[in-house]
Amino acid sequence: MEGNGEGGVPLTGGAVFDKELYGGADVTGYAAVAADLEEDDVDEREAAVASKLASYTAPKSLMNDLPVQEDGDEDPSLLQSKRIVDRESDYSKRRLNRIISPDRNDAFQMGDKTPDARVRTYADVMREAQLQRERDNTMRNIQEKQRREAEELAALDAVPTKASGMAAAAAAAAAPAAAAPSGKRSRWDSAAPVDAKKAKVASEWDSVEATPAVNRWDATPGQAPTETPGRGGWGAADDAAQPKRNRWDASPTPGHGAGGAGETPAGGKRSRWDATPAMMGAAAVGATPAYGMGATPAYGMGATPAGGLGMETPTPGMLAAQMAAQQGVPMTPEAYQQMKVDREMDERNRPLSDEELDAMLPGTAEGYKILNEPPGYEPIRTPGRKLMATPTPFGGTPLYQIPEEDRNQAYDVPKQLEGLPEMKPEDQQYFGKLLKDVDEEELSVEEAKERKIMKLLLKVKNGTPPQRKSALRQLTDKARDFGAGPLFNQILPLLMSPTLEDQERHLLVKVIDRVLFKLDELVRPYVHKILVVIEPLLIDEDYYARVEGREIIANLAKAAGLATMIAAMRPDIDNVDEYVRNTTARAFSVVASALGIPALLPFLKAVCQSKKSWQARHTGIKIVQQIAILMGCAVLPHLKSLVDIVKHGLNDENQKVKTITALTIAALAEASAPYGIESFDDVLEPLWKGIRLLRGKVLAAFLKAIGFIIPLMDAMYANYYTREVMIILIREFQTPDEEMKKIVLKVVKQCVGTDGVEPDYIRTEILPEFFKHFWVRRMALDRRNYRALVETTVEVAGKVGCSEIVGRIVEDLKDESEPYRKMVMETCDRVVRALGTADIDARLEELLIDGILYAYQEQLADESPVVLNGFGTIINSLGQRAKPYLPQICGTIKWRLNNKSAKIRQQAADLISRIAPVMKKCDEEKLLAHLGVVLYENLGEEYPDVLGSILGALKSIVAVIGMTRMTPPIKDLLPRLTPILKNRHEKVQENCIDLVGRIADRGAEFVPAREWMRICFELLDMLNAHKKAIRRATVNTFGYIAKAIGPQDVLVTLLNNLKVQERQNRVCTTVAIAIVAETCAPFTVLPALMNEYKVPELNVQNGVLKALSFVFEYIGEMGKDYIYAVCPLLEDALMDRDLVHRQTACSVVQHMSLGVAGLGCEDALTHLLNYVFPNIFEVSPHIIQSTTGAIDGCRVALGPAVVLNYLLQGLFHPARKVREVYWRLYNNVYLGSQDAFVACLPRMEDDGVNTYHRHELDVFV
Amino acid sequence: MASLADRFNINAQLEHLQAKYVGTGHPDTNRFEWNLNIKRDTYASFIGHHSLSAYHAIAENESIGRVKYGFKQSMLLPCGLPPEKEDE
Repeated sequence: MEGNGEGGVPLTGGAVFDKELYGGADVTGYAAVAADLEEDDVDEREAAVASKLASYTAPKSLMNDLPVQEDGDEDPSLLQSKRIVDRESDYSKRRLNRIISPDRNDAFQMGDKTPDARVRTYADVMREAQLQRERDNTMRNIQEKQRREAEELAALDAVPTKASGMAAAAAAAAAPAAAAPSGKRSRWDSAAPVDAKKAKVASEWDSVEATPAVNRWDATPGQAPTETPGRGGWGAADDAAQPKRNRWDASPTPGHGAGGAGETPAGGKRSRWDATPAMMGAAAVGATPAYGMGATPAYGMGATPAGGLGMETPTPGMLAAQMAAQQGVPMTPEAYQQMKVDREMDERNRPLSDEELDAMLPGTAEGYKILNEPPGYEPIRTPGRKLMATPTPFGGTPLYQIPEEDRNQAYDVPKQLEGLPEMKPEDQQYFGKLLKDVDEEELSVEEAKERKIMKLLLKVKNGTPPQRKSALRQLTDKARDFGAGPLFNQILPLLMSPTLEDQERHLLVKVIDRVLFKLDELVRPYVHKILVVIEPLLIDEDYYARVEGREIIANLAKAAGLATMIAAMRPDIDNVDEYVRNTTARAFSVVASALGIPALLPFLKAVCQSKKSWQARHTGIKIVQQIAILMGCAVLPHLKSLVDIVKHGLNDENQKVKTITALTIAALAEASAPYGIESFDDVLEPLWKGIRLLRGKVLAAFLKAIGFIIPLMDAMYANYYTREVMIILIREFQTPDEEMKKIVLKVVKQCVGTDGVEPDYIRTEILPEFFKHFWVRRMALDRRNYRALVETTVEVAGKVGCSEIVGRIVEDLKDESEPYRKMVMETCDRVVRALGTADIDARLEELLIDGILYAYQEQLADESPVVLNGFGTIINSLGQRAKPYLPQICGTIKWRLNNKSAKIRQQAADLISRIAPVMKKCDEEKLLAHLGVVLYENLGEEYPDVLGSILGALKSIVAVIGMTRMTPPIKDLLPRLTPILKNRHEKVQENCIDLVGRIADRGAEFVPAREWMRICFELLDMLNAHKKAIRRATVNTFGYIAKAIGPQDVLVTLLNNLKVQERQNRVCTTVAIAIVAETCAPFTVLPALMNEYKVPELNVQNGVLKALSFVFEYIGEMGKDYIYAVCPLLEDALMDRDLVHRQTACSVVQHMSLGVAGLGCEDALTHLLNYVFPNIFEVSPHIIQSTTGAIDGCRVALGPAVVLNYLLQGLFHPARKVREVYWRLYNNVYLGSQDAFVACLPRMEDDGVNTYHRHELDVFV
Repeated sequence: MASLADRFNINAQLEHLQAKYVGTGHPDTNRFEWNLNIKRDTYASFIGHHSLSAYHAIAENESIGRVKYGFKQSMLLPCGLPPEKEDE
């Protein structure tokens, strides 16, 4: 760097800030701006989450760890992580920083007693929160001071001598982020080399930062911060903190160590024990002569240190993992990863067994001898760690003992417990206790309880659905026996586990939900704990997770009561961490919706006016915003009080409070629209004053609030206020800030849409600037901008008219940028669709057609239908005015139908189907017919998508031109279509069957009957189609064809088809038969159909019954003429041994009885009911359903009295099973005709004191 | 397992039905409960159909309003006090 000379920028090496080019701006200044950018705007955050979601991927560290297969492909099953942490944004991950606080005092239970000193009371919590805040402030002050010092230092260095100047400038420029460390140089270690200093500083900082977390409450289960890297910043400190560690844990990873060894003499801090023998061969030999290999021959081989197992010092990661595993505290994902890798390595490198060695080496037979191992030798079982092993200091260091090796250690096979689901490695720390063999008898009650809960939770988390279900039920039923403490102390740490997956979280949350119901007021001491775990769900990107979180918090609020909820959450309201405040605000809004807004109002009022900290005010106002968002128009009754609570925030001295207040007012106005303007009276003035004074983000928020309030106003006021705000809006049109742009567009849309705003005003004041600044190509590139602009423009067009807008943008249809053309096209499309083309004059019309033709021809071959839709809409709207342009358009289409590119051909065909109706309207039948011929010639198309479009185009031409005048004539067209019916492509099938169906419907006579029969056979295959629309069209086509050529032949085809195996095909066939019966009158079909019942084949008979069921469903009242004819068949079916026979026959009876109700067929129906009734005792749900249906049908047709008479005999039957059935049926009758059967209920005799006789029924005049 | 779950479901449905429609019955409905529902339904029907109220009014030589009021009153304990539970 220095070699480059003065003031130059190096060509190689790290990036440097070139002061000459970019001016002398102080780089460190940017940090302050970045800090300010942290903002609580909901929309922004959600947008950020959304944008993350669009392409989220696993963290890099994980991707690097993925096992790569031989051919370099990544294992797909490993690629998709189901864990929640992996898809979370950094912001959401901050949930892991939170600590499950210990139980709190339940003031209700205590009554007037003074709480035990050991129990945490509200006062304690508040005091802690206060301390935390002060600490944070102090920290910030210190940081600020250091930054200032650094700046001063940099300023000093900026006046360089020739020699040192470059280095200093480079250092200052290259490390803007390292400003803090460089500031510390003067205080701590000015002489130290850069690396060491950095490390030192980092560790110092981390320890300071971590201190707050280590207070006496951290002893809660699972929350010892020392073992959780990544929580208190310890993870980052891992490497950096090493110099500060005591010398015993200082054996570094090899890579690190090699470098470190070189530095050793210079650092001077290392003792000779720090260097491991494995490294001796490398750097250490020369570097640490005091510990030379040659000098200490007693060591023997450097590679096999004599240290016993358990002596070696593992890497920090392993250390953490081991300790975590032993102590049952959560581990970080990295630690798991490490553990998994270790396990695998251990397994692969496991020591060879004696048998294996025997097999490999020559044995005694060949004259070799197996020697015994030397006395005192102990093998090292984990070779992976051998490298890192620290040698035993011979002669014994005091205070250290060689731990015993656990010879029972299991290396690979995870332990499996009987009756319990499999445990994942990461479950060990929670459920590890279950693996220990214990005598259940010896356990204390508490331990037994804990073990029981643990088992149940493991079943819920990892078990099979039945296991899970019964475990969940047990947990619920015994919740009160277990007690709140033991339950939550186990569930909540599980939920905080960093390796949790979505499904597991869902299940555990479900457990909490169920348990909450049972525990009720017992949950009070645990409210805060639960909230810490559940609150993150409220900002989860998954909708269902959010709903789940809301439900839990609402239930919690109902169980614990308002006072407890407030006491639990109050300390978090002015927490220093924005994340905590944000989630707390959301949780509070849920509480408000659960317990009612009025209950919370006094509290909110107090919080929003807090003098102590702006954070409290900010959160209070945010709660109101969240309430508005969550509850929607339900805020209306309390609108006035809510606005009153927040309104002073508009004048707050803190910018963030101002911003959130404006956003809250926006949310309230949005929720209450179109009512409630009078509630906003008080905020109008500060808002309108504010927009004149403010800039930047706050201004954006104020504008947003105004945008939502204006639509609520009366016309007169709206006009006035719009004019006021429009000056600012127009000024902000030119803002480079994307967020501001979107808000401005939205506000313009809202203002323009309001009644009182005059078109003239918009035309003269707004439009010129609007088009100048917004209708530029750049706007089309961002999807959200694109949409906002189109919507606003359409709204403006609604006021100023179609031609005004279209006239301004029509030239841009010929713009060279494709996205921009699309945006113009979509706007034209929507404007024309909304307003029509009546006010477009001849000149504009020409320009417009010219433009859309250009845009159509120039469009890239992509999927978006924007241009086609626009084309279609505009041409259709022009109607007859389009006539002069049609030849040109058709020319283009014809030309493009022969294009090389399939997409272009498809677009051309699609366009035909859109403009065919207009061509008919313009009397261009000849042109249409010509296009028909062209399309007909193109039926040999090989691309299915294009073929589908061509068929669609033909269909629309046939539809407008009619069968008789169609060219090519139908008799030529249809035979060409028959083979296409075989095509399996869905789009082709659908369009083809539609076209064939239409021809069969309207022009069947043009085609010989034999051709139709051929088509019938083809159609049978189409009944297998996946798409319902195709099957429906097919079935309908059968009807048309039957109508055209008579039902006999079609029916034969269909009846034969009943023999096929496939169920879907048979079902569709029966539907087709029913449709044929409906279109050709039942008497043409029924004889053949009933005759088919004679075929002794299950499928056929069932098919016939099913067809009958459909027939009677479709023909309704007509059924009265056929009911006697089919009675014998139904009798037979209802007595059949086959369940499905009876079931289907029951549904026939149901449809039949419903159709003929009130038409005098009671005799036949009563007869059939007698056959139906015995089936009520069937157990299969299908037959239960159809029997019940049949009886219900008969109730309608015969009246409830008849059915009631059947039922009375079983209502009080001695067998419970019988009663169950009869009461179910009785209830059905009761629900259906409660009033009608009052008169038919039996006369009852009085029974002792009870009068059952209904004397009123005996009254007569 | 399945049958157990089914029964559970059906019972749950029944519970729901009962909560929604008071007059529906269940296998353990006793004589008293059934008659209670029958009587109440009968009175409700009389009150609901104006012509039936009018008929009774003529028969009893009372005003229609009074007859309706009487029906409403008798809906309170139409069958007298419930019998003592037998075993519990």
